[in-house]
Amino acid sequence: MKLYLLIPFLPLAAFIINILLGKEVLRNKAHWPSCLAIIGSFIISVITLFDVMNGKIINEDLYTWIVSGKFKVSVGFLIDQLTAVMLIVVTCVGSLIHIYSIGYMHGDKGYYRFFSYLSLFTFSMLMLVTANNFLQLYFGWEGVGVCSYFLIGFWYQKRAAADAGKKAFIVNRFGDFGFAIGIFMIFLTFGTIHYAPVFEGVKEYVGHTVNFLGWEVDLLTLIALLLFCGAIGKSAQMPLHVWLPDAMEGPTPVSALIHAATMVTAGVFLVARCNAIFGLSPVAMNVVAIVGGITSVFAATIACVQNDIKRIIAYSTLSHLGMMFVACGVGAFAAGVFHLYTHAFFKALLFLGAGSVIHAVGHNDVQRMGGLRKYMPITYATMFIAALSAGGIPGLAGFFSKDEIVWSAYAAHTGVGNFVWLLMTSIAFFTPFYSFRMMFLAFHGKFRGTHHEQHHLHESPKVMTIPLILLAVGAFAGGWVGIPSVLGGGAHFAHFLEPVVGHPDFHGTHAEEFRIMGTSTTIAIIGLVLAFIFYISKTYIPAKLAKDYNIPYRILFNKYYFDELYDSILVKPTMWSARKILVGFTDAKIIEGVVNGVPKLIGLFSGRLRRIQTGLAHHYGIFMTAGAFFIILYMLFWR
Amino acid sequence: MVPLSWYMLLSLAVFTIGVFGFLTRRNVILMFMSIELMLNAVNINLIAISHYMQDLRGQILAFFVIVVAAAEAAIGLAIVIALFRNRATAHVDEVQEMKG
Amino acid sequence: MIPEIFFAYFAIAIVTLSIVVITRKNPVHSVLWMLLLFFHIASLYLFLNAEFMAIVQAIVYAGGILVLFLFVVLLMNLREDIKIRFIGAWSSGFTFAVGLFIVILLSLRSFVLAPPGEYTIDLIQEETHTVAIGKILYTEFLFPFEIASLILLVAIIGAIVLAKRRLRS
Repeated sequence: MKLYLLIPFLPLAAFIINILLGKEVLRNKAHWPSCLAIIGSFIISVITLFDVMNGKIINEDLYTWIVSGKFKVSVGFLIDQLTAVMLIVVTCVGSLIHIYSIGYMHGDKGYYRFFSYLSLFTFSMLMLVTANNFLQLYFGWEGVGVCSYFLIGFWYQKRAAADAGKKAFIVNRFGDFGFAIGIFMIFLTFGTIHYAPVFEGVKEYVGHTVNFLGWEVDLLTLIALLLFCGAIGKSAQMPLHVWLPDAMEGPTPVSALIHAATMVTAGVFLVARCNAIFGLSPVAMNVVAIVGGITSVFAATIACVQNDIKRIIAYSTLSHLGMMFVACGVGAFAAGVFHLYTHAFFKALLFLGAGSVIHAVGHNDVQRMGGLRKYMPITYATMFIAALSAGGIPGLAGFFSKDEIVWSAYAAHTGVGNFVWLLMTSIAFFTPFYSFRMMFLAFHGKFRGTHHEQHHLHESPKVMTIPLILLAVGAFAGGWVGIPSVLGGGAHFAHFLEPVVGHPDFHGTHAEEFRIMGTSTTIAIIGLVLAFIFYISKTYIPAKLAKDYNIPYRILFNKYYFDELYDSILVKPTMWSARKILVGFTDAKIIEGVVNGVPKLIGLFSGRLRRIQTGLAHHYGIFMTAGAFFIILYMLFWR
Repeated sequence: MVPLSWYMLLSLAVFTIGVFGFLTRRNVILMFMSIELMLNAVNINLIAISHYMQDLRGQILAFFVIVVAAAEAAIGLAIVIALFRNRATAHVDEVQEMKG
Repeated sequence: MIPEIFFAYFAIAIVTLSIVVITRKNPVHSVLWMLLLFFHIASLYLFLNAEFMAIVQAIVYAGGILVLFLFVVLLMNLREDIKIRFIGAWSSGFTFAVGLFIVILLSLRSFVLAPPGEYTIDLIQEETHTVAIGKILYTEFLFPFEIASLILLVAIIGAIVLAKRRLRS
């Protein structure tokens, strides 16, 4: 039995054990199967990483799954450098979050359910990243979507949570529809949907066009854009970003795992995996970069005025995902994956820290917190490191990855590249601003809550703080594997991924690189200082700005009214037509009509028919005679 | 020689009269007698044809028809007796228990 | 000439008698007229050189079945309906009977007689009709003969079972 197969199947086994035995047998020990499984997967992932570093790539088919005419798909696993990196991210961050959940979900009635869903999610995500064909990828894709629905709506008695789960799943469906059509096009073009033949054969189709809904479009661009549809949905880019902030209704470990480190990064993984297709379509690359860039700025501006601590971090995630897509869009896929890897650490850390805070204070509102660093020093310290990393302060992990992206955008020297470089530079200001706004409002100054709450403030138990500390180590030092050559490092990360994603074609002198680096660092520090001024020294300024610039403030606070727009354009007409047409007409009239009408008809008919049986013998005699008469008549004349 | 068609016509006429009687009369005994009439008409037909075909099989069949008619009359009248012991009426319109 | 006159008399008599049989109010009268009818039919059989059938007809039908009818009528006192209407709605019955008549009449036109067999009249008159029938009945038609006897057995048993008076115990 090959070792790498255990990586996805250990969590699957944990899911089955938990879902079958959790309610009665395991109860509040339900965390043991899940945690052991994912830690086991992590250990095997590390071993696999070393194997891959030594050059051993695995691309094996386990067994034939579907054979239908010319369509043949096998269940297969591909472990190359990209997969190895993703495995480490998923299992490492996942293990720490599993351990954290032991403390966070303690005493919850659905304890076993939570861990079963977490294990199922881990299984799906691992299948997604180890797939060697598009169908298995789609299987994992849908699996994580379903688990996201389960976990967001975990406290299903709360109406908002149930609605948020539905919203996430339905919005994702829009993206998945495009994704599925993309896979169909791949099959139509290449005759197979396994990665290796597709990526090798892509070069022959450059310049081919295909007739799509009446227009002649470039084949590879079409496929790339359709695949990107799925990424837009899953990674919550515009215009399908609306589900991610609502997903914060789920428990905080869910937000950390799914909506920071793993599921939402599946879109980036998809684009990086299919870099062969994207690379040959300049149109698709530009679309990716622009969508990513606009989402990034858009989300960052909203984050500056939100008051729910989890929502601030959610919009921050949207922003960072946009940055990853920008990197992929300009050709620097390795930089995008690098940022995925560092982002997993500091974003998960931010979420888990926020969970710690919520655990202590009892609510999410940042305006009613304050001065918490006296009561929760470990949480404060680790979140501070995470905020520094997110903001791109030099030295920490986030700095190196973000800098790679900004430099790649500039060095591409294309029109789109310059445009997104400007966007990224503005992000360099916003990100530290809103991150430290959150930190200062929550942890500095005086406590703004009630006395009752103040008595309950406490640091979280060790089972929750130890993962925080471990993640802080990752957020701090994780980027040191990718220090660019200009600063004296070996750029090991990019070199490691080169066999899979290639090397971007950039020209730039070291002097230019230093200049860009210096610019974005300066802007980041300006952002930090401004946050300090607004929220620590002169705290009257934000309120005054909100009052003076009321309309822009309200637009930002209401998320640019996207939800309201979708509600009126999509949701209301659908509900109306469902009620009026499908329920009112089709169900009530047609189906009920048939189901009720047929028996009534039969009853009517047989009611008339039974009167033939009069019980009188001579009547029967008449019938017999008449029958004989007609038969003889028939025999005479029609035969 | 009397042509065969005359005999067949005669048989047909008696048969039709038997049918008419069966459909019309309300007295059970008369219904049974109409049935005997029909059977006799068939017998006439059979024996006439057997005579003209110079084959005895028609008469054998007529013989068996008589046998069956006798058996049927016996059983039928037994049923009538059993039925009308309960009802005390010979009017067949009154016996409507099998009315659907 | 003579045969036609004989046949004409018998035919008219038979038809008239059958009409009379079914239109009597009193069932006993009907039975008695039927007796006369059966004798005429027996004579017709004699006319057709089938003496044995004629005698069988007279003995079984006239002597057996009609007596049975008479007994039942007289014992059960089934005469009451003389007072109530004795012919029901006869329009539909009449229509269908006439229709049947016409239809079968039409089919008579296409009637073709099969090739004659070997039992000519002279052959039958040589050995009497009874012997001729007996010869065929007991050799070629033995099996139906036995079954006929079974039928009669069933009839006897059935009649006894059905008409038995219930034992009061």
